[in-house]
Amino acid sequence: MSPVTDVLIVFRDELTLALRTKIALAVGLVQPFLYLLLFGPLLGGADRWLFLVPGLLLQLGLFGTGFAGFGLIPDIRAGFVERLRVTPVSRLAILLGRVLKDAVVLVGQAVPLVLAGCLLGLRADPLGVLAAVLLVLITGVALASLSYVLALALPNEYLFAPVVTTAAVPLMLLSGILLPLDDAPLWLDVLAHLNPLLYVVDAARALFAGNAGAPAGLGFAVAGGLAVVSFAAGSRLFGRRTA
Amino acid sequence: MIEAVGLAKTFGTEVHAVRGVSFRVAAGEVVGLLGPNGAGKTTTMRMLSTLERPTGGTATVAGHDLLRDARGVRKVIGLVAQAGGTRPIATARDELVLQARLHRLPAPETRAREMIDAFDLAGLADRPSATLSGGQRRRLDLAIGLVHRPSVVFLDEPTAALDPPSRLELWAHLRQLRERTGATVMISTHHLDEADSLCDRVLILDHGRIVAEDSPAALKRELGADVITLDPGPDPERARDVVAALPGVQRVHAAAGEVRIGCANAEELLAPTVLALHRAGVEVRGLSVGRPSLDDVFLARTVPARAR
Repeated sequence: MSPVTDVLIVFRDELTLALRTKIALAVGLVQPFLYLLLFGPLLGGADRWLFLVPGLLLQLGLFGTGFAGFGLIPDIRAGFVERLRVTPVSRLAILLGRVLKDAVVLVGQAVPLVLAGCLLGLRADPLGVLAAVLLVLITGVALASLSYVLALALPNEYLFAPVVTTAAVPLMLLSGILLPLDDAPLWLDVLAHLNPLLYVVDAARALFAGNAGAPAGLGFAVAGGLAVVSFAAGSRLFGRRTA
Repeated sequence: MIEAVGLAKTFGTEVHAVRGVSFRVAAGEVVGLLGPNGAGKTTTMRMLSTLERPTGGTATVAGHDLLRDARGVRKVIGLVAQAGGTRPIATARDELVLQARLHRLPAPETRAREMIDAFDLAGLADRPSATLSGGQRRRLDLAIGLVHRPSVVFLDEPTAALDPPSRLELWAHLRQLRERTGATVMISTHHLDEADSLCDRVLILDHGRIVAEDSPAALKRELGADVITLDPGPDPERARDVVAALPGVQRVHAAAGEVRIGCANAEELLAPTVLALHRAGVEVRGLSVGRPSLDDVFLARTVPARAR
């Protein structure tokens, strides 16, 4: 009864259910596609797609994966989580299997977005795009975990959606997803550099452009650190809420 | 199969859900846990199924110590909780396969099919569980709890909120469970008739303590097979004294507007009761005959303790 198998069992089950609701997956793509089609042409410069597409991947994470916690609440209420806790499955696997599902769904949504970008004129480094997808996966783990932290920590579920939306907007603006932060006043620049997602977006852009240098490494380090810390916090809260 | 010694659970410092219960359940026995809401039935089951850590006492389940070997306990028990435990968008097949995999059964899909057939879910197996009726979902909950052939099964109010036909149907499945698997079963319920119909023995819980422990037949013998309930008007105490003196009356309980009389045969006692009350100047305003209920067991078992 290895814990790795436990994680895979939960992951496989959750992913099967998620893939069955294809409508939900498609609806999640509507927003970034709208930005791609209606906002992309407004950006100037030949490398505008190299700028916009990596940013939209993160936007997808913020407004899609960021809501992952929403799905946990009804499952706790339905007694599903307790049902798993009465089986010999590893306690950690119950949450980790879910988080991995959320991250994989994010990657699955990222692929059509990148392809659409290519159709519009995105010319990106293929290996760099692959590395960026890995980065998106790690960031997905971080964002899903943070979402579970919120779902478990908030006193009631009605608060969840407004809190996530309110948190996601400044995180999006302060990571330069839609507009470059180059001309930002000092205070805004400082604020942006406190946002871990800024480093992730910078790294994704660098990778798309084929630069595997320091910004890319920093992005991986920040995403990995955020993933570890937020998953640890999530599983701690999860243990307390459902113990 | 189950041995609990002084098992207790206190939430915070104030709420004493279970105040030290001790009991043994033999292999293959079907035991009912009876009591009103808040008696400690669910908390007792949650402790025995490793969901809740006891604040006092110990227990072993199928040879595994609850505190030291929770994982060992989880491998051999099945719990059907009050809330069920199925996700609205998942199908019966999804849930059964998942449960079989979590228990590392060798052929999860095959086992899921077996359970689908055994619990009459064949036409419903691929529908989201949200679309199942209450009775259908309960059968699914039961199938999920039994998929790994547990040697000890906990059923927390399995028929609560079911309509009478679904209830009977579930009873039939529970009887089959016993015949086919020989599992040790613990069922919590509000209903004496349910315990009567399914259990070898019942433990009656009240305010977190066991107040009685007996076979359903013995409990009923003590209460009388029938219960006459009548409305004696303004003076139930006087009516009680009159009725208590009649031959054939086993037990009388008076409350506001109601006197309950336990007896072996209500038909024989009806006329003498009404006549005796009439002679004593008590006019009976309404009258019904029924079977002893949990209320009667409770009134019989808990009143002396409270009067102390």
